[in-house]
Amino acid sequence: MSDHESTYVPKTGVEKWLDTRLPIVRFGADYMSLPTPRNLNYWWTFGGILALCLVIQIATGIVLAMHYVPNVDLAFASVERIMRDVNGGWLVRYVHANGASMFFIAVYLHMLRGLYYGSYKAPREMIWILGCVIFFLMIATAFLGYVLPWGQMSFWGAEVITNLIGAIPLIGEPVLIWLRGGPSIDNPTLNRFFSLHYLLPFVIAGVVVLHLWALHVAGQNNPVGILIPKERQAKDTLPFHPYFTVKDGFAIILFLMLFALFVFFMPDSLGHADNYIPANALQTPPHIVPEWYMLPFYAILRAVPDKFGGVLAMFGSIGVLFILPWLDTSKVRSMRYRPTMKVFFLVFLVVGVGLGWCGGQLPDAPVVPGMPSFTLFDGQLNSVLWLTRAFTLYYFAFFLIIMPLVGLKETPLSIPLSISEPVLPPVADAGQKG
Amino acid sequence: MTESVVTIDGEGEATRRDFIHIAAGAAAVGAGVMVAWPLINTMNPAADTLALASIEFDVSKVQEGQQVVIKWQGKPVFVRYRTPKEIQEAVTTPLTDLKDPETDAARVKAGHNQYLVLIGSCTHLGCIPTFGAGDYGGWFCPCHGSTYDTSGRIRKGPAPKNLVVPEYAYLSDTRIKIG
Repeated sequence: MSDHESTYVPKTGVEKWLDTRLPIVRFGADYMSLPTPRNLNYWWTFGGILALCLVIQIATGIVLAMHYVPNVDLAFASVERIMRDVNGGWLVRYVHANGASMFFIAVYLHMLRGLYYGSYKAPREMIWILGCVIFFLMIATAFLGYVLPWGQMSFWGAEVITNLIGAIPLIGEPVLIWLRGGPSIDNPTLNRFFSLHYLLPFVIAGVVVLHLWALHVAGQNNPVGILIPKERQAKDTLPFHPYFTVKDGFAIILFLMLFALFVFFMPDSLGHADNYIPANALQTPPHIVPEWYMLPFYAILRAVPDKFGGVLAMFGSIGVLFILPWLDTSKVRSMRYRPTMKVFFLVFLVVGVGLGWCGGQLPDAPVVPGMPSFTLFDGQLNSVLWLTRAFTLYYFAFFLIIMPLVGLKETPLSIPLSISEPVLPPVADAGQKG
Repeated sequence: MTESVVTIDGEGEATRRDFIHIAAGAAAVGAGVMVAWPLINTMNPAADTLALASIEFDVSKVQEGQQVVIKWQGKPVFVRYRTPKEIQEAVTTPLTDLKDPETDAARVKAGHNQYLVLIGSCTHLGCIPTFGAGDYGGWFCPCHGSTYDTSGRIRKGPAPKNLVVPEYAYLSDTRIKIG
């Protein structure tokens, strides 16, 4: 797609003048006429949805920052003032808070799309890696933002997560004090978290530009997973606009309906009631849980009995995504043609959701209440702890063992020669004029 | 070394220009670090934060068998008046049973071994352990299940260390200064 030729012809005098000085209209026009594989399904619409999510978060965030006060004595009250007194403040805040959840729903589906259709494989490794960078920045931004309302979950979430850094041998303790700006989570911490929470979305926007740049160099993947040969390009692609702008637009409308359902009918269902209690440094809530989108990683953290080991496992679970392109040894991109890997992928989905469930439970809680059990090492076998460990093991094994081995062992189904072959009979295809 | 760097025009050898490039690059990196450091350093604890470093407390306010929680440097501090039975348990525990071996005597001040002063922050991830709960009569952390004994030593669970004893001293028989 990199050899896509510009078809833009400046019409008016102003456009001609601008085109020889700053060809920005040409840039936009070329983007819109980009040849796009015609078989893209709805799983490919999450890129556009994510771009919208980022815009929504930045727009609502800028407005919220006009009313929010990053001070330990005033932060909680200023958020309540936004909810009660600021004109439409409740709406802006609920959009922002639920927008974070919507952002993560979309990003997880977007990543799973890439995983299933092998979008991370050559020549698209950089698109995937930049995507992983964006995902990591999103987690950091969401964590920092969750601290700002200065409720009980904000405070204790910050306490627990910053303590992870303290687990690093030797440098952990000084770095922790530097990060918090004092011996404990306090006003300096809240201030800098606000500053960084405002900064990181713009860093994300910058990495998104690189992500799209890499996408336009390597070209989009498609559900069949084959590269489109140059001579097939006219037959197998359509211009991005209007064909895919309309498809993305329809998906966005459906997505916004889900978004509105949360904002208007159950705005607090994804949050935690304890965060409506002002932060209290002398009282830990009985059950600290992160937001739902971090639960799988929180579960992995708790699965390891050693403090630093747990931290390594948690960061490792995200880190392993970065080297995914080199762990998958299969030549076939799309799992449509990988019957064995497809099964392991489905198990991976169940494990991912399972880890999320485990992360929200108390580690000692039994999985099946009332089932007889015995103590294995440091916990009951019939406990969330051991279930989490089993899931964690599969999570890492999926990337580090299953992916390399299955790629070498499995016999893939025969891959079509073109993306239209599976849907059009060969005769009809030959008879078409394109 | 200097001679080899300033060799003139040798094929593939270092030239004066290479030297200038490396020196200029090194100077730019050095300058970058010097510019970055003050910015990084502002994030370290400020003077007024550090100024809140010590407090005084009257231990006679604590009833036997109870604990009082006070706030020091934004963190909870437990002051516990232990019963003779609790002290007995702490003293007689063999060091081999401990994950982070430390005698009870090393965790209190001589002559005041009924008063245990600890930073009430779990050494795992910083939650506040619950007084009197858990299998060892000390504290139990509700977050991830770490259990401490009546000397605040870690006995069970993910926490790696004993509850920290802050620096403190007895100003009089009943008055302590923490920090």
